Amino acid sequence: MSKAKGRPRFESWGRYPVLQAEVVPLHWTTDFPLKRPPNGKQLPVGLGRSYGDVCLLEDGTLLDTTGMDRLLGFDGATGVLRCEAGVSLQQILDFAVPRGFFLPVTPGTKFVTVGGAIANDIHGKNHHVAGSFGRHVLRFELVRSDGARFVCSPIENPDWFAATIGGMGLTGLISWAEIRLRRIVSRKIDYRGDKFHGIDEFFTLSQEAHSEYTVAWIDCISTGRNFARGIFMRGDHSHAPGPLHRSREPKLAFPFNLPAVALNRLSMAAFNTLYFHKQLGNSRVGPVDYEPFFYPLDSVLHWNRMYGRQGLLQFQNVLPHATGREGMLRILKEITKSGLASFLAVIKFFGDVPSVGMMSFPAPGVMLALDFPIRKHVSFDLVDRLAQITLDHGGRMYSAKDARMTAEQYQAFYPQWSDFARYVDPGFDSAFWQRVTGRRPIDG
Amino acid sequence: MAREKPLPSRVLALGATSAIAEATLRLLAERGASFFLVARNAAKLAAVRDDLVTRGAQGAAVCVLDLDKTDAHPAMLQQAITTLGGIDLALLAHGVLGNQAEAQRDFQAAHHVLHTNFVSAVSLVNLLANYFEGERRGVLAVISSVAGDRGRKSNYIYGASKAGLDVVLQGVRHRLHGTGVQVLTIKPGFVATPMTAHLPPGPLFAPAARVARDIISAIQHRKSVLYTPGFWAPIMFAVRNLPTRLFHKTNM
Repeated sequence: MSKAKGRPRFESWGRYPVLQAEVVPLHWTTDFPLKRPPNGKQLPVGLGRSYGDVCLLEDGTLLDTTGMDRLLGFDGATGVLRCEAGVSLQQILDFAVPRGFFLPVTPGTKFVTVGGAIANDIHGKNHHVAGSFGRHVLRFELVRSDGARFVCSPIENPDWFAATIGGMGLTGLISWAEIRLRRIVSRKIDYRGDKFHGIDEFFTLSQEAHSEYTVAWIDCISTGRNFARGIFMRGDHSHAPGPLHRSREPKLAFPFNLPAVALNRLSMAAFNTLYFHKQLGNSRVGPVDYEPFFYPLDSVLHWNRMYGRQGLLQFQNVLPHATGREGMLRILKEITKSGLASFLAVIKFFGDVPSVGMMSFPAPGVMLALDFPIRKHVSFDLVDRLAQITLDHGGRMYSAKDARMTAEQYQAFYPQWSDFARYVDPGFDSAFWQRVTGRRPIDG
Repeated sequence: MAREKPLPSRVLALGATSAIAEATLRLLAERGASFFLVARNAAKLAAVRDDLVTRGAQGAAVCVLDLDKTDAHPAMLQQAITTLGGIDLALLAHGVLGNQAEAQRDFQAAHHVLHTNFVSAVSLVNLLANYFEGERRGVLAVISSVAGDRGRKSNYIYGASKAGLDVVLQGVRHRLHGTGVQVLTIKPGFVATPMTAHLPPGPLFAPAARVARDIISAIQHRKSVLYTPGFWAPIMFAVRNLPTRLFHKTNM
């Protein structure tokens, strides 16, 4: 299959790179291994919310797991939910919230599958207390392309458990999983937002905050007096019993690809200024619903179309505390200097709860995530420089958000990669894995 | 709506592992219905049962049976009635799409489609109509297809099996008129299901969950014929009434 065939049938959230593969839907956990021989290598995929090429594979077979969406059991006493791997976090919330339960860890979108959450060992605003998603996974079944099926947990096949959590879908197909949900008594989050000016104020707020959820939005465009201004947001599940109804389906969808010129320095700067001043005073305190707190962008489906047909690049890294302040300052200066603006820059302290996964991204330190419109060379050069700064400061980048790092950089970020390679299913591969093991050139 | 019927709480699902059936049963499970689930594949049936129980079903009994075996129908139905203590809703959802080219070439292939979609369905409709007639209440909901509205070269064997079924249901509806029994003919258009996974996806494909919501609403509003999603009603009106000379020039 070639790129001439037009729109791909499966794209990642960044819509870059564009790769063609056959998509085979799986509806039952017994549908894999496939009855007929697959076209090339295989890779399980969920809702395609990872940004780069970790969910892509050229000329291979993508196994669409979203049809495996059954809930297989729930224990209301312990909060343990057993479900098929294609169940989305949205489906879990629809089920769990009315019963007084919530996800143990959630990313900034609920449109990801349980399989994808495990495969990328996702994290959320509570990383500093709860660790990443894998810590809340009790067991799962792994199905290999040769038909072997086995249960993995911290005590059953623990090495496969560790390799598969954060294993980018490469170790086999996760067919079902058991996760432990946490109790809530209300949909409400007790919220507090504080403006800060400069990275030092952010560091002080992060060190002082005791909330379960913390995250900060940071302005990556403004210079001078407004350099590194932002809003530090914290929240806790409300202890006062409150509403527990199911969320409404999102109605808004971004209807078309915005032309590339629409996102320029001026419009982005205006957006950032508006966002900063949306909150009028220096502090805002009050209860908010969990939907806008955790998933502000989920209310607009296909928001990635805002970046136009050429797509967007994400950059996410973590730097150790020792080098974090200096490294992040250098990175923020590079970004403002480039003039490549970002709507959604997010900065947060990760905690020291160790990740279960062998290839998990989170590590103690300070994490930064942002996205750029793709302007050939300009954005690629910038992300390449940010990767180098990350490397120089002893940090690492997040595979699920990346489309650009080199094999040398990846292998320096994750020196354990060659041990992990032994767990990769011989029938599986991904464009990402080909790139970071030096078997695929970087586009552009 | 004052005339809205309460949702059925004792449900017999025939072909319970079909995507449309499963999506419909989930909505009923959330309201605490109990189920008697019939399908061929034991592993799939167990997954559907676990899902419905987790979502709130009062109970779910399973029966592994190939519904092509019409001899087994009376005993199966008796078991369902005994297990559930009566049936409020019977949902007939088993069926095969078949392959038109193969069905034209090989009568065995055509026969298989006709047997599963029509012959075995008639056996079940007969038994259920007689049961509901005695009860003087209940809902018989049968998944047919827009393909039954007019014979088209792309799928007329499948279409014929559904057209035949439509006529049987019309007759049963006539016969049970005034008894309080609802006979619902469900005509989905293209639904994104395992049955259609090999077809190229298009804008007319609807998710099974959407079709399921329409089915529940049609039961509550005592409809006789449901086109789902609703835009299929005018489309099929046009297809049925297109003059033959024009129709033959199309490539449907």
